[in-house]
Amino acid sequence: MIVSSVKLKIDGVEVSVPEGTTILKAAKDNGIIIPTLCNMDGLIPYGGCRMCLVEISGSPKLFPACTTPVGPEMQVTTVSDRLKEHRKMVVQMLLAERTHICAVCVANDHCELQALANHLGVDHVMFERNWSNDQIDLTHDFLVIDRNRCILCTRCIRICDQIEGVHTLDLKLRGKDAQVIMDLDEHWANSCSCTSCRKCAKACPVGAIYIESEPIEHTKRKDIAEFILDRRNRK
Amino acid sequence: MTAPAKVRVATVWLSGCSGCHMSFLDQDERLVDLAQKIQLVYSPIADVKEFPEDVNVTLIEGAIANEEQLHMLQKVRARTKVLISLGDCAVTGNVTALRNSWRHSDQAVLERAYKEKSDLNAAIPTDVPKLLIKAHPLHEAVKVDFYIPGCPPPADLINYVLTELLAGRAPNMEGRSKYG
Repeated sequence: MIVSSVKLKIDGVEVSVPEGTTILKAAKDNGIIIPTLCNMDGLIPYGGCRMCLVEISGSPKLFPACTTPVGPEMQVTTVSDRLKEHRKMVVQMLLAERTHICAVCVANDHCELQALANHLGVDHVMFERNWSNDQIDLTHDFLVIDRNRCILCTRCIRICDQIEGVHTLDLKLRGKDAQVIMDLDEHWANSCSCTSCRKCAKACPVGAIYIESEPIEHTKRKDIAEFILDRRNRK
Repeated sequence: MTAPAKVRVATVWLSGCSGCHMSFLDQDERLVDLAQKIQLVYSPIADVKEFPEDVNVTLIEGAIANEEQLHMLQKVRARTKVLISLGDCAVTGNVTALRNSWRHSDQAVLERAYKEKSDLNAAIPTDVPKLLIKAHPLHEAVKVDFYIPGCPPPADLINYVLTELLAGRAPNMEGRSKYG
């Protein structure tokens, strides 16, 4: 099958990519990095965090680059004052939603949310914090989930379903009350589907899921989904 | 010819561990340069009893955890031109605010510390300032002009912010500051 290519402009640079490519991938393949949080290469895009929103000329709306396919003659802007303010707002809302205290977090210095706050210059949070007191599950032999640090990016849920193929993890409830659960809301030790494969901990961008007594820098691996798919395809 | 007036600087220590002040002192020999341009008019490391009037810049370490600190913060704000939140406790609440996740956390921490965990004479002290129900970052109580996050903020970052302000420029924290 011949895939036709699409020509568009990203930040004024003319690029040509196969039809159906997302704006995020088209940008990345041409050296333009758009900040992301819920995106993980190799997983089906979720479009939940709104960090990668971009401007497309002709529309007043903002579009998530991770789920929006390129179109012919599209003119995409990935850097502007409006987008910067928007991204700073997203980081602030995430920091306010649950109890994020970097100084006592296992992922300190290895956290994508913390790194984005630094990169964008989010030097304070204008919203009053919720100070969540959500459940911490320490029942598993070595996997830990602290839901107070969860940003609901669903990378753990998607990698469990799409790569490991067991779908132990899922979400219950909605909005700020949403929680990552195991099976039908069991304690982790009682989950009959979990294979203890650790992919959830590797995919987690923050300190919500981690491996007890393993240095976090050994656990976190942002390319894990793409890496496994690549190895499978070589068989 | 008279020398130009020095910038009046103060530092205040609220609910924090003093680590931010340690970091301030970690500016090392740069403090000598700084001393040419500033006069330290109030600080935990200076023996001044009352917070003075007409302060140009005040750096505050720590969150607001009790009524006395809230009162102090309001006084400092009224007497200071540029107020800076120094470190994560002042900026976010940080460790001081760990108790905020519990309902009635003021009572909960006192019960825990002075009764449940006490071996001897278990009693909650009554002759100390009343705890606020929650610990708050400074900007939830007063207007804050600049923020220096970090636990503690690196000495280089404190020096950068002060140098920029003394040169009459607004510091740009993009890619410079880090929580934790």
